[in-house]
Amino acid sequence: MLEIRGLTATVDGKAILHGIDLVVPQGEVHAVMGPNGSGKSTLSYVLCGREGYEVTGGSATFAGQDLLTMEPEARAAAGLFLAFQYPVELPGVGNANFMRTALNAVRRVRGEPELDAVQFLKLARAEARRLAMPDDMLKRNVNVGFSGGEKKRNEVLQMAILRPRLAILDETDSGLDIDALRIVAEGVNALRGPDFSALVITHYQRLLDHIVPDRVHILSGGRIVRSGGPELAHALEAGGYAAVAPEAA
Amino acid sequence: MSQVADPMQTVEAVTQSAYKWGFSTEIETELAPKGLNEDIIRLISARKAEPEWLLQWRLTAFAAWRGMEEPRWARVGYRPIDYQDLHYYAAPRRKAGPQSLDEVDPELLATYEKLGIPLRERAILAGVASEEEPAQVAVDAVFDSVSVATTFRATLAKAGVIFCPISEAVREHPDLVRKWLGSVVPQGDNFFAALNSAVFTDGSFVYVPPGVRCPMELSTYFRINARNTGQFERTLIVADAGSYVSYLEGCTAPMRDENQLHAAVVELVALDDAQIKYSTVQNWYPGDAEGRGGIYNFVTKRGACRGARSKISWTQVETGSAITWKYPSCILQGDESVGEFYSVAVTANRQQADTGTKMLHIGRNTTSTIVSKGISAGRSNNTYRGLVRIMPKAAGARNHTQCDSLLIGQECGAHTVPYIESRNPTARVEHEATTSKIADDQLFYCRQRGLSEEDAVNLIVNGFCKEVLKELPMEFAVEAQKLLAVSLEGSVG
Repeated sequence: MLEIRGLTATVDGKAILHGIDLVVPQGEVHAVMGPNGSGKSTLSYVLCGREGYEVTGGSATFAGQDLLTMEPEARAAAGLFLAFQYPVELPGVGNANFMRTALNAVRRVRGEPELDAVQFLKLARAEARRLAMPDDMLKRNVNVGFSGGEKKRNEVLQMAILRPRLAILDETDSGLDIDALRIVAEGVNALRGPDFSALVITHYQRLLDHIVPDRVHILSGGRIVRSGGPELAHALEAGGYAAVAPEAA
Repeated sequence: MSQVADPMQTVEAVTQSAYKWGFSTEIETELAPKGLNEDIIRLISARKAEPEWLLQWRLTAFAAWRGMEEPRWARVGYRPIDYQDLHYYAAPRRKAGPQSLDEVDPELLATYEKLGIPLRERAILAGVASEEEPAQVAVDAVFDSVSVATTFRATLAKAGVIFCPISEAVREHPDLVRKWLGSVVPQGDNFFAALNSAVFTDGSFVYVPPGVRCPMELSTYFRINARNTGQFERTLIVADAGSYVSYLEGCTAPMRDENQLHAAVVELVALDDAQIKYSTVQNWYPGDAEGRGGIYNFVTKRGACRGARSKISWTQVETGSAITWKYPSCILQGDESVGEFYSVAVTANRQQADTGTKMLHIGRNTTSTIVSKGISAGRSNNTYRGLVRIMPKAAGARNHTQCDSLLIGQECGAHTVPYIESRNPTARVEHEATTSKIADDQLFYCRQRGLSEEDAVNLIVNGFCKEVLKELPMEFAVEAQKLLAVSLEGSVG
């Protein structure tokens, strides 16, 4: 599904990614762990095409398409979704309106019929209920006045509505209490299946207790320094980066 | 779901690029010779078969105008206007006033069709439209200077509401016109108002009798059509005690190479407990990307809350014109009267807008609210200029002003010039102002969700303007959103 080969990238002229090799097969959930400054967020922004994140080498293909030449919205339409570490506020823009606009934009590109307001609200309410989100979160403005936990849940709600083929969750667990963490994890798990892959970026093992990954990768100094099964995350939790990847410590 | 923010409407509008309403209609036009003097004023007055008092009223205005200088304090720049090089009278040629739509020039009706003006009169005359029609709108259509069609007169007449061209009102309701004309904006009020008073050719007149709630939204579409013809519309709305009226004004103009002058005057009078809601969507030709052509819009709009507990509310969405010079104001004379001003002003390319409001608090416990949203893109300049004045007797007066500016791109300007004068210690005046840019992270967030850059900007802009757009009647809100999208098209990236 996602194939990254020798990917290098700079931010403000500073090299951050030094040759990432990473393959996420269709239907699998992979975790990326790493210390602060290792390039985790940069990797997610580069994959989604954020301006200012300049690719200097290597390749990234998504379902066979060259991801790096596509506009951000084209990547979204192709099925790539980023759950932001810091979801952005859009004053005056209703949450439901925003999500419907996004969903219909994506559906248009995919050649699917657009949903009217009534059809959309039915879908959105059902998904919101599954995430234990009150209905009024659909009426509020996008992320404005949301608590940290609400913002993260809102990201997962958007993911559930947009049904991406590959979701990148950028430290979605940060700032969540244990109940919210469980709800968010359940939201992700509900999407798991042969047509859904995910790249879960996190600092902590605890999220991976709830979203059990197929593979775990350790990112350090802009490279994947070690890969393994779920047990790698446990080893990391027990012994720190020094134990599992001495070069990352 | 928010009703005003229907993104699909905006998307649809974005697909149209150049000024959508740029076409002109081939109608024989009767033009007065160029220039402005007493003879021209006498000619206008005679053509409109006006009574002597109105001619004298015009001549007084003309005398005042000759002694005045064009104001230069606004943050707008343009080449001097040669007032002697303009035509001051143009009228579609016809035998007598049309008695029905059948007598109206078919070219004119075709123009309205292109504009999408809901002239439902045809259907109603044919007995097609039913009484249940959800949103009834009466249209007094002003084509150049002579009103050619007025709808729903019968329904309004039943309620006792007078809604007609002001030239007709001069003949049919002379006492009302004479009593109120110039009572809010006197002939010598300012340079452009004096010019208008001298040469105004038509406009609308509304009178709502005591206790009557006007049964429908009243709507006038102005359209500038004749080349080099200054437009001098005059609108007078009087809401008698305890009455209510909502008035919509929308404008589109055909594309022109030369600048066109527009100097309208709108006067509103609200007596005890009366309410007037005046909404404008202004979309005159703004000129091309280099600033060539476009309308000069120098308008005087003022409402007087004469009566206790009366209320006047101005809502405007200004996207057009090369130059906008416009300050819809409220004189809050009646105790506990209320003035409101909600504004969205968009400037793109080389457009210049200097707009805002004046709230004059005279009566006790008067309140005013100002919400101004300025959006600048391209190399445009957008200025909010507002005055809140609390007079000594206005005990307990309150004002809240909120002024937000949104910048798109690096070469535009936003300016806020608030004047606050309080001469009563019990008054409360609050002013908030913000300036923001559409942030890169907002755009990226939207695009990551699948929105194009253009759609993302529209969404963010509509969100920015929401407080104002929600004050507009539904149909107008949709139109306003389309205009925002069209106006800002191509301004990002």
